[in-house]
Parts: sequence; structure tokens; C-alpha cells
Amino acid sequence: MSDKMQLVAINRRHFVLGAAGVAALATLPSLSFAESNGWEEAMKGLIGDATPAEGRVSLELPEIAENGNTVPFTVSVESAMTDNDYVKAVHIFSAGNPRPDMASFMFTPSNGVAEASSRMRLGKTQDVVAVAEMSNGDVFMASQTVKVTIGGCGG
Amino acid sequence: MAKVKPRVKVPKSATVGEIVTIKTLISHKMETGLRKDKKTGELIPQDIIHSFDAKFNGETVFSTTLHAGISANPYVAFPLKVTGAGELEFTWHADGDKTYSKKSKLKVA
Repeated sequence: MSDKMQLVAINRRHFVLGAAGVAALATLPSLSFAESNGWEEAMKGLIGDATPAEGRVSLELPEIAENGNTVPFTVSVESAMTDNDYVKAVHIFSAGNPRPDMASFMFTPSNGVAEASSRMRLGKTQDVVAVAEMSNGDVFMASQTVKVTIGGCGG
Repeated sequence: MAKVKPRVKVPKSATVGEIVTIKTLISHKMETGLRKDKKTGELIPQDIIHSFDAKFNGETVFSTTLHAGISANPYVAFPLKVTGAGELEFTWHADGDKTYSKKSKLKVA
């Protein structure tokens, strides 16, 4: 009888500790998720104080990336791409990687259309942001959330 | 490190006014500078391709800045509006002042 009591007591202790552990684990990711990696500042460093408007930019990314080491993406911007009206640059930022800067693509009217593709690393589920600078100074942006199954920050 | 090999895919022939896609890839590990050496515990220094540019007949038509967030063996594809035949020259710039380049001809049908 006393043996049985002890067993129950241990089980209860394990249960309490286990529950506390699960609770701690559950709060940690949300805490670090809310912390910005500074992509807004990185964006300001490239485009200045301009406020990006939504639209004209489209960012194609998988909704779910199984392998965060190589996530294909295509960014395109609606533009006539003439000598007087073209897309100067498109900057890509990550809102969840250790470093926010990902890539910048500098276009010229010789491209005909403003579109570029590459592959990125994503450490965890996060938003990816594309910001386009037009030749007349207008700034547009688009963002997309990507769910990452296996992070790409190897260690 | 492994040999760095640039590869480029340009359409065999194009017509004037057509917009073609130029695909480029260079074999490079894109070391982020954030990883630790498992044996020594020290950070492995960053070694990435940090920029790439493409010239058509000597004039820059497209360029990029790449950061450590770009995958190993960086692939970059971009469009080009064909104005005539000519030569494309691609240059990749890596950390440590290393550069790699490749040329290819664009033929017009």
C-alpha cells in the first residue's frame, strides 16, 4: 500500500514539473517571435523615410517551406519599364532571420519587365517583405508569411 | 573550399523585342558567419557572394546585392529585353575580394 502511495506521489510531481516545462516552452517561442530582428530599421537604411504603399509588388513564395535552407522566391513589380518610368530596385527583408537583409535587385529599363528569382534561407516561420523603389521615388511593398518546417540556419 | 563554378543559361536564340529570362547559378557555400565549428566552438567567418552584376555589350543591365540569407549555390534569374545580338558578361563578387566571371553570346534569330 505504501509503495503504491509513493508511486502516485512521484507521478504527481512529474506531472507538475512536466506541465511547468510545457508551459515554459509554449511561452518562449512567442516571446522571441514578438521581438523584431530590426528589419524596419534595415528598410529605412535603404529607402530612407519614404512610407511604402501596398500594391504593384507581388512576392511569390511557398506557403509552407519544408526545407528552410532553400526557399525559392520570385518578386515582380508592375511597371512600364521605360526610360522615364521603371523600377530602380527591389529589396527583400526577412522579419524572422538573425539578420534582416536578404537581397536587393537593381533593375534597368533594359530588363523589359521587373522580375527576379532566387532562393532564400528561412530560419523559422516568418514574414518576408519585398519593397520596390520606383524611378520617380514612389515606394511600394508586399509581404507574405511562410511556414517553415525545418529551419535553415544550421548549427 | 570546393571549386567555385559559375553557370549561366541564356536562350540559344531570341528575336528582337522579346523578353528572355537569363538564369545564373554559382556553386558557393554562402557561409553565414553565424555558424559555429562543431569541434572548436568558434564562429566560422562569413564567406558569401555579396554581389552579382550582368552587363550586355559593356552596359550594366542588372545587378544584385546578396546577403547571408540567400541559399548556398546562389541562383539568380532576371529578364532581358532583346535589342540585338551581343555579349553578356556576368561577374560575381565574393568576400575576400574574390571575383568570378563568365561570358556568353546572345544570338538573334
